[in-house]
Amino acid sequence: MAEAALKVQGTDVATPLLKVSNLEGWYGESHVLHGIDFEVRPGEVVTLLGRNGAGKTTTMKALMGILTKRKGSVVFDGHETIGLPARAIAKLGMGYVPEERGIFSSLSVEENLMLPPRVKPGGLSLDQIFELFPNIKERLSSQGTKLSGGEQQMLAIGRILRTGANLLLLDEPTEGLAPVIVQQIGATIARLKAEGFTIVLVEQNFHFASSVADRHYVVEQGKVIDTIQNAELEANIDKLHAYLGV
Amino acid sequence: MFELLGITPQALFGQLLLGLINGSFYAMLSLGLAIIFGLLNIINFTHGAQYMLGAFVTWALLHYFGLSYWWALPLAPLIVGASGIVIEKLFISRLYHLDHLYGLLLTFGLALIIQGVLRNNFGISGLPYSIPPQLSGGQNLGFMFLPNYRAWIILVSVIVCFGTWFVIEKTRLGAYLRAATENPTLTGAFGLNVPLMITLTYGFGVALAALAGVLAAPIYSLNPNMGAELIIVVFAVVVIGGMGSILGAIVTGFGLGLVEGLTRVFYPEGSAVVIFVIMAIVLLIKPAGLFGRTA
Ligand SMILES: Nc1ncnc2c1ncn2[C@@H]1O[C@H](COP(=O)(O)OP(=O)(O)OP(=O)(O)O)[C@@H](O)[C@H]1O
Ligand SMILES: [Mg+2]
Repeated sequence: MAEAALKVQGTDVATPLLKVSNLEGWYGESHVLHGIDFEVRPGEVVTLLGRNGAGKTTTMKALMGILTKRKGSVVFDGHETIGLPARAIAKLGMGYVPEERGIFSSLSVEENLMLPPRVKPGGLSLDQIFELFPNIKERLSSQGTKLSGGEQQMLAIGRILRTGANLLLLDEPTEGLAPVIVQQIGATIARLKAEGFTIVLVEQNFHFASSVADRHYVVEQGKVIDTIQNAELEANIDKLHAYLGV
Repeated sequence: MFELLGITPQALFGQLLLGLINGSFYAMLSLGLAIIFGLLNIINFTHGAQYMLGAFVTWALLHYFGLSYWWALPLAPLIVGASGIVIEKLFISRLYHLDHLYGLLLTFGLALIIQGVLRNNFGISGLPYSIPPQLSGGQNLGFMFLPNYRAWIILVSVIVCFGTWFVIEKTRLGAYLRAATENPTLTGAFGLNVPLMITLTYGFGVALAALAGVLAAPIYSLNPNMGAELIIVVFAVVVIGGMGSILGAIVTGFGLGLVEGLTRVFYPEGSAVVIFVIMAIVLLIKPAGLFGRTA
């Protein structure tokens, strides 16, 4: 009994939900990722920090299978996904919010929201999504791209919460948004974490990142060059400034 | 007023009806082209040959299997559409990563092959196919005589075109297609099977062409060149309407059929070129087409 419980605990907590090892990636002939390593355990929020052009977005695309020319290993929920097409990876429960948000202009807000199919049980209901993002509910019949930037970001996050995906890849969800919206998105991420979602977050703004994350990975020139626990962030602030060039 | 211009109402409405019939074919064919272009980004030059195949399969079903027009109506689009799916899987799907020009060359070559093979086997003199007995005869509307089969063509075309528009613009399935048209990568990253959608869309566009072929079999000369002649006008219609716009393809198709009919009444010499003249004007003023999306 005790052993079984320990084992369950072992798989749930110690085993990473996502383990990325020596991930390399190319755009055509251009070699952009040179060996990314990091891992995320169930329920954790980790960030990828790094300067512009460091390879954060490319890492997300490689995880999601959108960047097709890639090698190394990405084990997600026990499955090696490096050879899988994006749609198969999505079905394993990975949900993607791209940097440019990816709201479809030929779809209404409602159609955008309903577009990603359910991949697993346990997704949020529409009511729960509207509770998180009340703005969306009032704009359901608008054209997707007629929403404000902040609303589009909420829609981009909301639509993957419906699917039951348990690992969320959020690429700069606060980019270009007003402070009050940034706060709202921060609260949403905290709430999602509390509900057990596992999140990989790309952020330039590490003040924001530090308010939600367990751990930070510093990306530079297509490599993870350092790992900083959130608790040790204060102690490492000078180092981090140097990394990020701020 | 009509008498003043030396035109009888019979002649006017007769030509308008003829225009509407032609418009029905333009609409169905340019709709198929627009759907295929939207999702596959290729101009399907095989479209005319596939329309012709629809008519030939209709004839063959009767000639070899004794299956009537009413069987051909669903079967010919299914058969030709299935052949389109095979073509997409075997050939077109290999070209998506190359320049659009390759898709154009491939589909153009396929059209030549299909037409050539049928010319070899059947000649160009035309095969006989008669109007189904249920649709022969017509109605005297007072101001004109309306043949039943012509009314049937318009009815089918309107239903099919607006049915297709409805599915694409108003349903969940249509939302998937629109999403895949706009951003196939992200649509795939949500778990949707974009390659399958592309294949089925090509099959559907081809089936639309074949359905037009079935409708044409009893009234147009059924020969291997019938598609090649029509498709040139249809391409002009597509250029005028704008590539990739569903409603644009439908409205422009019917509209230009009517314009052509009117021209035949008032300036018969111009009727063969009026669509190309309009195309030239539209290209000068609005190069993306009347309903085209500008990037
Ligand atoms: N589509 C592409 N084709 C070729 N090179 C690309 C492409 N997209 C990005 N790159 C290059 O890959 C490198 C990593 O880009 P990436 O977008 O991953 O950076 P990032 O860390 O997300 O930066 P940012 O903070 O500006 O979003 C950069 O040098 C960039 O120029
Ligand atoms: Mg980026």
